Amino acid sequence: MPEMKDTVVIVGGGSAGMETAGQLARAGFIVTIIEREEITGGHVNDWYHLFPDRRDSLEVIEYLNRQINNGNITLLTGKTVENINKNNETFFVSTNDGDEISADAVVMATGFDLFRSERKEEYGYGIYDNVITAADLEALFRKGKVARVDGEIPQKVGLVHCVGSRDEKVGNVYCSKLCCVTAVKQAMEIRKHIPDARVFCFYMDMRMGGALYEELYRESQEKYGINYIRGKVSEVSENISNRLVIKVEDTLAGRPLRMELDLLVLMAGMEMSEGGAGIARSSGLKTGENRFFAPFDHHFGSNRSNIPGLFYAGTCTAPMNITETISHARAAAADVIDYLRNGNR
Amino acid sequence: MKAEGKKRIWAEYQKEIADDHFFYVRSCIRQTFFPGSEQFFLHFMRDVLGKDVYENPSHTTCTAIGYHGDIVPFSTIMTVVARHFALMKEAGYKNIAISCVTSFGIYTEIIETWKHFPAELEKTREYLLKATGREFDIPENMAHASDIIYKFRNEIADKAKYRLVSKQTGEPLNVVEHIGCHYSKMFPKYGVGGAEFPNVLGGMIEAWGGNVVDYPERRHCCGFGFRQYLIQANRGYSLSNSVKKFESMKPFKPDFVLTNCPGCNMFMDKWQYTIKEMDGTVYGDSGESIPVLTYEELAGLVMGYNPWDLGLQYHMVQSEPLLRKLGIEFDPLNKYQTKDGKQMPVPENLINA
Repeated sequence: MPEMKDTVVIVGGGSAGMETAGQLARAGFIVTIIEREEITGGHVNDWYHLFPDRRDSLEVIEYLNRQINNGNITLLTGKTVENINKNNETFFVSTNDGDEISADAVVMATGFDLFRSERKEEYGYGIYDNVITAADLEALFRKGKVARVDGEIPQKVGLVHCVGSRDEKVGNVYCSKLCCVTAVKQAMEIRKHIPDARVFCFYMDMRMGGALYEELYRESQEKYGINYIRGKVSEVSENISNRLVIKVEDTLAGRPLRMELDLLVLMAGMEMSEGGAGIARSSGLKTGENRFFAPFDHHFGSNRSNIPGLFYAGTCTAPMNITETISHARAAAADVIDYLRNGNR
Repeated sequence: MKAEGKKRIWAEYQKEIADDHFFYVRSCIRQTFFPGSEQFFLHFMRDVLGKDVYENPSHTTCTAIGYHGDIVPFSTIMTVVARHFALMKEAGYKNIAISCVTSFGIYTEIIETWKHFPAELEKTREYLLKATGREFDIPENMAHASDIIYKFRNEIADKAKYRLVSKQTGEPLNVVEHIGCHYSKMFPKYGVGGAEFPNVLGGMIEAWGGNVVDYPERRHCCGFGFRQYLIQANRGYSLSNSVKKFESMKPFKPDFVLTNCPGCNMFMDKWQYTIKEMDGTVYGDSGESIPVLTYEELAGLVMGYNPWDLGLQYHMVQSEPLLRKLGIEFDPLNKYQTKDGKQMPVPENLINA
């Protein structure tokens, strides 16, 4: 068992932070979670159903809450971390309100920020009322009504993949990995909410690399009649009837398309969180070309940083789904235990 | 539509526009097709605002029409532009004001090329020195003439005799703005408001009381497109692009089109005549065609200048319906008279006349 002095600070109270905290607390460590929001759970709070099995996200939140319901865990919400210093073997974590918390190990679980879709100016997000993001659509699903701003039920809906991902123009050459399957899931959800709706997914490549993803993709076509068009939307505008007019190239048919839509959903990608990037700058943590935290070793040390005793968990290192995030968080806990208990410093 | 979304984008594309001391470079074709435009710009800057604007008679074409027509090589056009910069340096100016959007696009393309490929800059210095014995500096500030009118749009609004409001209904006029592909599509940072939701002309229209129309083909080419028109066999393609634009804007009932670029103005004006001749189609409200103005002409109109001194009669689509909407007084009898009262020939087949 660890000595009582073995304390761990976890920066971020999303799914990675909560899972790591739960694992460490059960192993007897004294854990402090620092979360910038007033509630824990991170982005999962904004989601309705999860792929591939359309599980209600509230079930995941309930699971994570059970994980941190442990007397060894102190939860500090509404606080941000400014700086992390290591002096000898002790870390000092400074927060925005002037607190300094000492710890024997630190786990960064700062997660990701959704790509700000306004940056893809050609899509008119934040300008055209009926251009929304995947996160906005999840909120509509949760409310139980998918409608345009004017209250009309959309009959023709487009989903744009790779918004802010695989896009050199915005500086993100990497794939966010989850957007394709999110689009497939959301396209099916739209049809469930609006059975007569026609749904079009505009994609570059369908990257269905996870368990049951390909099956979901197939089901979306066979059972829900989702149309997949290989091509990027080049511009969006609004006509006199407040319908969206999009231009896209159908690269398989080899012809340009002009289409009128009632609603357009942007599959915003994942980016390194601003909070994480700030801590990287202030505390000397290395980041990769994709601006996420750079793991010490991609094969054998994806939870370790360039500072011994400071670890990473979840999407602060790369885009991941919830299953992968929880596995990565458990691996982070194992690395912390190895570091503090086995002396592998 | 959310106006604050556009304002957020505009905030990211605020270019620095010099306040005074400009080296002004004219367009090849504007003086022929809209002879009042550059004249008004110089008058407004020098006589109304009291600014220093210098012109050098040795300034030539930038050769962009040849470049985009694939007959002038890039190294040649870089050397021609370098010569313009040499004239500017010799005259002691650091701020360049460019009348033509095509030239503006060429200047931005060349400056960006030199920035990313310094060897090209050195080669150009060598070519210019060998050919002319001249040396040059890259301008410290580069503005399109419309950027400068945009900068002083509120001063114009303060001096306005007319606002862009219908005299009959009191409602703002609906204005289509067209910035031209080469203003900011290649390098959004050089344009006021960027490329997707530009504000250089929109800012003028709003400051002077009008309503900017956002229509589906707002970003589309006017139809000129250089090779689309310059190669005779492609002219049907040029025309079809203009038709696409006009069909798209028609439901919004625009009162007029405001353009940034000489080519765009020419084609959006003259192709309306062609389309009407071909199949009788007109795109304006009340069976009329849509007047197409330059930003200098519009500035002059709102400030109360005589429309014929501004050269509006030299467009193919005549502006009388617009003048009546704005309540601008004009004398139809001296429309084609010279300043000393001589009657010029009256063109036939003008639209809206």
